[in-house]
Amino acid sequence: MTTASLQTHSHLDDLEAESIHIFREVQAAFQHPVMLYSIGKDSSVLLHLLRKAFYPARPLMPVLHVDTTWKFREMIAFRDQVAAAGDVEVLVHINEDGVRQGISPLTHGATVHTDVMKTVALKQALDQYGFDAAIGGARRDEEKSRAKERIFSFRNAQHRWDPRNQRPEFWHTYNTHIRKGESVRVFPLSNWTEMDVWLYIQRENIPVVPLYFAKPRPVVERDGALIMVDDERFVLREGESVQMREVRFRTLGCYPLTGAVESSADTLAKIIDEMANSRSSERQGRVIDQDPTASMERKKQEGYF
Amino acid sequence: MSVSTAPGLLRFITCGSVDDGKSSLLGRLLYDAGMLPDDQLAALARDSRRQHADASDVLDFSLLTDGLDAERQQGITIDVAYRYFHTARRSFIVADCPGHEQYTRNMATGASNAELAVVLVDARKGVLPQTRRHTYICGLLGIRQVVLAVNKMDLVDYDPVVYAAIAAQYRVLAQEMGIVEVHCLPVVALTGDNVGARSSRMPWYQGDSLLELLEKVEVTPFRAADFRMPVQWVNRPDHAFRGYAGTICGGRVSCGDEVIVQPGGQSAHIERIVSADGDLPSAADGQAVTLCLDREIDVSRGDVIADALRPAPVSDQFTCHLLWMGDATLLPNRTYWLKIGTRTVNARVMSIKYKVDVNSQAKLAARHLSLNEVGYCTLGLDDEIAFEAYASNRTLGGFILIDRQSNATVACGMLDFALGRSANVHWQHVDIDRTVRAASKGQHPLCLWFTGLSGAGKSTIANLVERRLHALGYHTYLLDGDNVRHGINKDLGFTPEDRVENIRRIAEVAHLMVDAGLIVLVSAISPYRSERQSARELFDKAEFMEVFVDTPLEECERRDVKGLYRKARAGTIRNFTGIDAPYERPEAPDIHLLSNGERAEQLAEQVTVELLARLDNSGSHE
Repeated sequence: MTTASLQTHSHLDDLEAESIHIFREVQAAFQHPVMLYSIGKDSSVLLHLLRKAFYPARPLMPVLHVDTTWKFREMIAFRDQVAAAGDVEVLVHINEDGVRQGISPLTHGATVHTDVMKTVALKQALDQYGFDAAIGGARRDEEKSRAKERIFSFRNAQHRWDPRNQRPEFWHTYNTHIRKGESVRVFPLSNWTEMDVWLYIQRENIPVVPLYFAKPRPVVERDGALIMVDDERFVLREGESVQMREVRFRTLGCYPLTGAVESSADTLAKIIDEMANSRSSERQGRVIDQDPTASMERKKQEGYF
Repeated sequence: MSVSTAPGLLRFITCGSVDDGKSSLLGRLLYDAGMLPDDQLAALARDSRRQHADASDVLDFSLLTDGLDAERQQGITIDVAYRYFHTARRSFIVADCPGHEQYTRNMATGASNAELAVVLVDARKGVLPQTRRHTYICGLLGIRQVVLAVNKMDLVDYDPVVYAAIAAQYRVLAQEMGIVEVHCLPVVALTGDNVGARSSRMPWYQGDSLLELLEKVEVTPFRAADFRMPVQWVNRPDHAFRGYAGTICGGRVSCGDEVIVQPGGQSAHIERIVSADGDLPSAADGQAVTLCLDREIDVSRGDVIADALRPAPVSDQFTCHLLWMGDATLLPNRTYWLKIGTRTVNARVMSIKYKVDVNSQAKLAARHLSLNEVGYCTLGLDDEIAFEAYASNRTLGGFILIDRQSNATVACGMLDFALGRSANVHWQHVDIDRTVRAASKGQHPLCLWFTGLSGAGKSTIANLVERRLHALGYHTYLLDGDNVRHGINKDLGFTPEDRVENIRRIAEVAHLMVDAGLIVLVSAISPYRSERQSARELFDKAEFMEVFVDTPLEECERRDVKGLYRKARAGTIRNFTGIDAPYERPEAPDIHLLSNGERAEQLAEQVTVELLARLDNSGSHE
């Protein structure tokens, strides 16, 4: 792979302008929009664009974090800092039914946990607040079914996506008409690549969760992935041991489902350099993506973001 | 070919027929550009083995881009897939487009944001009707450059004569369709010949490989010179600040420039160009900014801020190309929402001048357009808009039509030019207006619209209501659907297109009569929700009451006063509502008459009571 140096200034400017246009369109055309905030690097970029799009006004739409209760502690601390800044309203939703049932990725597996604590939880929150447009940070370069999705992606009243019958989408002229109870998911970062995201974070000096930077962390090797032991709920299996290794994360999610990569990249410049020479894709560290019975397309049809 | 020293991002699409090897070519391109990470390659090898048990070591690159389960099962591309890659020289966004005619709308989706198309043909088959169709759609959506990749050269023994014949034939047809520049090359997608690197098996081809070509090709930006910005959102955080947020879609603007707000026509100067990174001295095409003006004028979402010296043309009637994408056919004179830039306005197709056979490009007469058909049409809007010809500005010349019942995107359109007639037809001012006319009759005029199946009792009830009103001293007129078909609508039949026009005329006539001060009773089947909604929208809210005469089909058929149901069942008349043509029930009528055993007199009384209540509410009858 070639180096990132040729990613020009103007390319990032074009991406930024397109995203801001999408944010403004959502604000202007919908009654009750929300921005989904997952605390990861893409969400950091989204939050930055949200602020830029409506400047000098403060963002009018709230930000929603669907908390599975299994996020890295550093993520939650980062989220609380964002909320403390005070310019954006941060909502947090937890599926309390799931908590009562004791749903856990460690005992119920990735599929059940993700369904109950993320997909169902998200639908609960959207229904509870009556949001008619939900902005997310998904990018088309992440995964095959995402590569097919529109920027304004229609959902029926049951939050389902019909990939075989998407609304055609022309130029930047988006159809924002829906009936009561229906909604759209909107993806302002559709045309960004992972590299664009990091170059933009570097250019704009956007804060991200420290977990993206390499440092010695306690990890366990499990099913071929390096899982970080983030709290006392993590139970070692027979033969497993906790090791301190210099690792970082390319994506962030629930800590028992997120594999670390061995790396010494502890600055943005090193991360970008490492990625330019990488031979593996970003979502490799996601345990849920490798479960063959739970393709992204199917999860998305059911309402996953 | 023009070669640029520092080419920018290239957005292109790939299109070709089934089995031309389009997805394979794209997969191969990504592989050769070094863009396939190890875990994706491993997954590809696994999927290839599953799909092709007989050839275990071949990588099936089409599995990389056909991302939907249904696509992989059927082995076809249904929707556009976007892929992102770069080489040392350039970044690319490629939209892999479906080739099937039934997915033309998805191909057009991909083409709408592309600057170049890679069109594939199979060397054994040459130029096919599909090749013509893909090239035509590319030209229609404004793509001016095409790379023709003649694939599967291995299957014609790398014969330069076969290649040259296909290339020559294609150049001719591409030119007919408005493609300005064509680059041709021979490839074998499966083995990568002339894809990433030049092939040693076709020494007679001296040109660039596909990747080299894409790296070098220079695209003329599809951008207009004069400053234009559709207002997206009015930014008003407090009383001190008022800015107009939008994305500039043409030209450049600087502080101090005089601008005009269209279609209204008020002008002002640019005071500030605000961005989150600080105020800017000037801004250009493609930038998302917030403009502040030096004086307070009325500006809202949908307006266009333009160069005051060179403003955009303004009109409410146009000619345009329309690519129809609705499952239901386009009906001329039906009202749809038209969205252009950030403006949404009611629009009707007034006439279809011709439709274009997308495979042969022959111009054919047409009364309606079906899924994936292209027509050249005249368009009428409820309000004027600022626009540009699509050929000079995609944002202000490209529009979508949205169905008002289903909210589906049913068409994309490309504006050509404004029709002169609207500019020369003005509203004539008259001194005696509707208020005066209504007052002289001492009543509040309104329209009572009876809808329901044939034989439901609409005319009988309307007649009884009119007699009651007349006896009470009201000035009325009963417009009967059957009667107007003997006169003003004599030229119309019972096809869906004609029914739409029938109702439009009745509604306009009723509107004139209400304007004249009358209480108008309309009795017409009016089977479509969309046209009843359009009729309602002609009137003020308090001036229109929809009366649904809800008689079950079996009952209407049993009565069969005119003997029409018998003929419809026998097949001697066609397009009969309720039998072989649909009736769309009103969802929220103002008056709902359930005629189960009730006599017409009782139902008429119900209408009269509700009507008088409405008239009382809007002021007493003098």
